[in-house]
Amino acid sequence: MTEKVKLLSHVEAINWNRIQDDKDVDVWNRLVNNFWLPEKVPLSNDVQSWNTLTPAEQQLTMRVFTGLTLLDTIQGTVGAVSLIPDALTPHEEAVYTNIAFMESVHAKSYSSIFSTLASTKEIDEAFRWSTENENLQKKAQIVMDYYQGDDPLKRKVASTLLESFLFYSGFYLPMYWSSRAKLTNTADLIRLIIRDEAVHGYYIGYKFQRGLEAVSPERRQEIKDYTFELLFELYENEVQYTHDLYDGVGLAEDVKKFLHYNANKALMNLGYEAMFPASVTDVNPAILSALSPNADENHDFFSGSGSSYVIGKAVNTEDEDWDF
Amino acid sequence: MPVPPVVTGSRLIYFSSASENTSRFVSKLGRDAARIPLLAKDAPLLATRPFVLVVPTYGGTGGEGSVPKQVIRFLNTPQNRELLRGVIGAGNTNFGDNYCMAGDIIAAKCGVPHLYRFELMGTPEDVARVNNGLDTFWTRLSQTQK
Repeated sequence: MTEKVKLLSHVEAINWNRIQDDKDVDVWNRLVNNFWLPEKVPLSNDVQSWNTLTPAEQQLTMRVFTGLTLLDTIQGTVGAVSLIPDALTPHEEAVYTNIAFMESVHAKSYSSIFSTLASTKEIDEAFRWSTENENLQKKAQIVMDYYQGDDPLKRKVASTLLESFLFYSGFYLPMYWSSRAKLTNTADLIRLIIRDEAVHGYYIGYKFQRGLEAVSPERRQEIKDYTFELLFELYENEVQYTHDLYDGVGLAEDVKKFLHYNANKALMNLGYEAMFPASVTDVNPAILSALSPNADENHDFFSGSGSSYVIGKAVNTEDEDWDF
Repeated sequence: MPVPPVVTGSRLIYFSSASENTSRFVSKLGRDAARIPLLAKDAPLLATRPFVLVVPTYGGTGGEGSVPKQVIRFLNTPQNRELLRGVIGAGNTNFGDNYCMAGDIIAAKCGVPHLYRFELMGTPEDVARVNNGLDTFWTRLSQTQK
């Protein structure tokens, strides 16, 4: 902890009327429009449902959420902030400050869930578990090491893998409960977090690709090799962590499919092809539909019988740009 | 003076932002395709044959802002709208209700089917399904329409 924090050495007044990269404005607006606070979600409606869980299921849920709290804390206080000195535009710097703040909102929202559902003793026990679980600590350490390293592209890779892959061993559980009509308000809150992380992973991955364009083919290959190595290292650790958490309830294999599915998406956010084949990414449809109600194949004309297709539901659009 | 349009007879027209996700998917299909221009100052695209549109959705809340402005501009041209036969949506299931929302909106507004959904730049399975699906779709249409 003795290292000096890296800061920008020079700053100019940010001019939002001169934009170098439209993506900065798009993502800033997206993030601002998506802004939310945990106080707006009626978590107390889950108290009754919480009491239907067995003590083991409650403990699992608490542990999952302390693990997610740790990742959000890292991303808020170190991860997103560490990207600022590498930014290509002043507006990119501003977007990272938005991301950093939102991660702190996420981290705090788990405490809202805890204080609504559990006793102080249970909360303290879950936090103690999070500091003692070897695999959780290891995943935090791997990512932290890259944030403190001196390679801007590698920092972005680590950050995108955190946003788009490392959260999902945890996100699985509230989606699972939601698919069984349990803790549905908590799941609503988690969906807001998932939506934010998707924008973060997309944006950091995009900036990574912009950075990659500026380097030599050799360096590009080095970064690609590094990305897959880091993903494997994190993946092996995730599998262990998944077993630590989910073996007791028999869900580890189902969670692993969700990990593969999300690892592929993390790679795509970085501009790389998916790595895990379809045979191991067949996520439980109940989990997918808890994530997005129109994610299943029945919504596709090509995949279904076709003849039974009904033109989509009317969607309210307020865009004044439409001419018809 | 409006810039004269670029005319295309492609059966596949797509929009892709600077992220290039949708563009990468389309190039993996290996089919002739035309891209809707990114910038307002670019020449607009004008379709001359029936086509399927590929359109991404990234985030958004409710319907507003889901369809990229460039795609709205493209569809505001009556000729483009009349030749539209179907939509393929791209997105991310992490956006929940908004997953591929732009495809839903365009399908509903233009009365065409939302043919398929895929995430980000698509997997090899998505590429195979879309290629097979498009072959079947065009064959079926050619049998029922002129």
